Amino acid sequence: MKKAWYAYPYLVWMAIFIVVPLFLLLFYTFTATTEEGIRFTLQHIKRVWEPIYLMVLLRSILLALICTVVCLLIGYPVALILASKEYSQKRVLALLFVIPMWINFLVRTYAWMSLLGKNGLIDMVMNFLHLPPVQLLYTDHAVVLGMVYNFLPFMVLPIYSVLTKMDKSIIEAAEDLGADYITVLKRIIIPLSLPGVISGITMVFMPAVTTFIISRLLGGGQYILIGNLIEQQFIVVGDWNFGSAISFVLTVIILISMGIMRKYDREYEGGAIW
Amino acid sequence: MVGRIVKRVYLYLIFLFLYAPIVMLVVYSFNESRSMGRWGGFTLRWYAELFRDTEVLRALYNTLAIAVLSAVIATVIGTAAAIGIHEMKRIKKAIVMNLTYLPVINPDIVTGVSLMLLFVFTKPFTGMGLGFFTMLFAHITFNIPYVILSVLPKLKQLDKHVYEAALDLGATPFYALRKVVIPQIMPGILTGFLLAFTLSIDDFVISFFTTGSGVSNIAIYVYSMARRGVNPKINALSTIMFVTVLILLLIVNKRMSKDNSKVKESVR
Repeated sequence: MKKAWYAYPYLVWMAIFIVVPLFLLLFYTFTATTEEGIRFTLQHIKRVWEPIYLMVLLRSILLALICTVVCLLIGYPVALILASKEYSQKRVLALLFVIPMWINFLVRTYAWMSLLGKNGLIDMVMNFLHLPPVQLLYTDHAVVLGMVYNFLPFMVLPIYSVLTKMDKSIIEAAEDLGADYITVLKRIIIPLSLPGVISGITMVFMPAVTTFIISRLLGGGQYILIGNLIEQQFIVVGDWNFGSAISFVLTVIILISMGIMRKYDREYEGGAIW
Repeated sequence: MVGRIVKRVYLYLIFLFLYAPIVMLVVYSFNESRSMGRWGGFTLRWYAELFRDTEVLRALYNTLAIAVLSAVIATVIGTAAAIGIHEMKRIKKAIVMNLTYLPVINPDIVTGVSLMLLFVFTKPFTGMGLGFFTMLFAHITFNIPYVILSVLPKLKQLDKHVYEAALDLGATPFYALRKVVIPQIMPGILTGFLLAFTLSIDDFVISFFTTGSGVSNIAIYVYSMARRGVNPKINALSTIMFVTVLILLLIVNKRMSKDNSKVKESVR
């Protein structure tokens, strides 16, 4: 049967709406429109490395890394506990972990805005306890908190799914051979769960480094991460060349970090054969 | 024993962290007082105000219209594409599947701005400025891959001899497709449709960059209000969004797990 042509409308669609736009992005990144016409240039890419923008870039990466580490530290034990539960309980608890992921991103972030803000719940509690009020909203801490809150399930679920598929008899064998829990954890559970950890890290880091909503709502109007910079260039400033150049750099960062993650993943799989 | 208590307390704390903000949001959407910190008594005032606000109603209309249209169109294109991809040779299939994964892994913000570039760039030729239709096209674009990814597994489970039998019995290829293949992959198509509908309702980033001239959806409305600070009307709107998406995804999830258990049974 010859039905491959059924995919052609889709291919045409994707060519127009995925491939062409990405080429346009490249086009704007590497060209400048002058009076003599359009010419090739690297000036927009160079501008990204100016100290003021470089700082934004580094800060975005740093905050995303902090968020990833915090998610891993909080999330790994959660995955471990969830995976150790009885079957029926396990399913309910895992579902409870998934539900917050379904709630709109904006709503989740907004919820923290009202908790952290002036006259918010935390402010009220501090007041009630006669403690001095602290500025929570519009700080680095609020941004990281918002990221961790939004992305924690992305860390827990991949680790959890690897842990539940793990062959329990290996752990039993280790215990029979006299290993205590710490040894089992260090020598068996953690190494075997690495693929889950790696996909968790990827799934947290990517959205964290590209976000502009969390930084805008919890960091305030003056707070600039790489996502906000892109938004600003396209929506407010209207400098598409520079906006495209930042988007291009961001995509490269993501591709590189995915490549690194894949490499680790593959190394691990290679090791598993032996 | 101590270990078990510690584990349980830890788990409860995490769930508290995950759910407390949402519960607070829902509770305070019924709060008479404007301030989040004080309980001024139960009220439906914010909901009433919400439904009197023409801007909200227009945003709601846009959200639903785009969700329905984009889900229907994406389902049609995506299902046809899945049938086509299923028939493709290995290398061609791998290339197309990589293309399919591209919008799934590409960061939303990059997809959003690149589509915006396309729409603004082509405006002199098409006469179509940023607005309802550009947002619709953007939604169809990010929805199609999810439809394909829900339909393809169903096609893999399909017994292709049934289709061949239909052809042997004199059915035209299109008739056989309609009467034999489509009914069997229907669960996958429906799941894809619901997924596309939900993703469309839920999307903010791509909509934000591909809309213009005052056309907004609910998510954009929430963002523009939230940027100005806390407002009880957003609590009410958020609660409605939360409940809607929850119901939709419970349906999708139930369908998927039902499908999976059917697969398991047939394997047994």
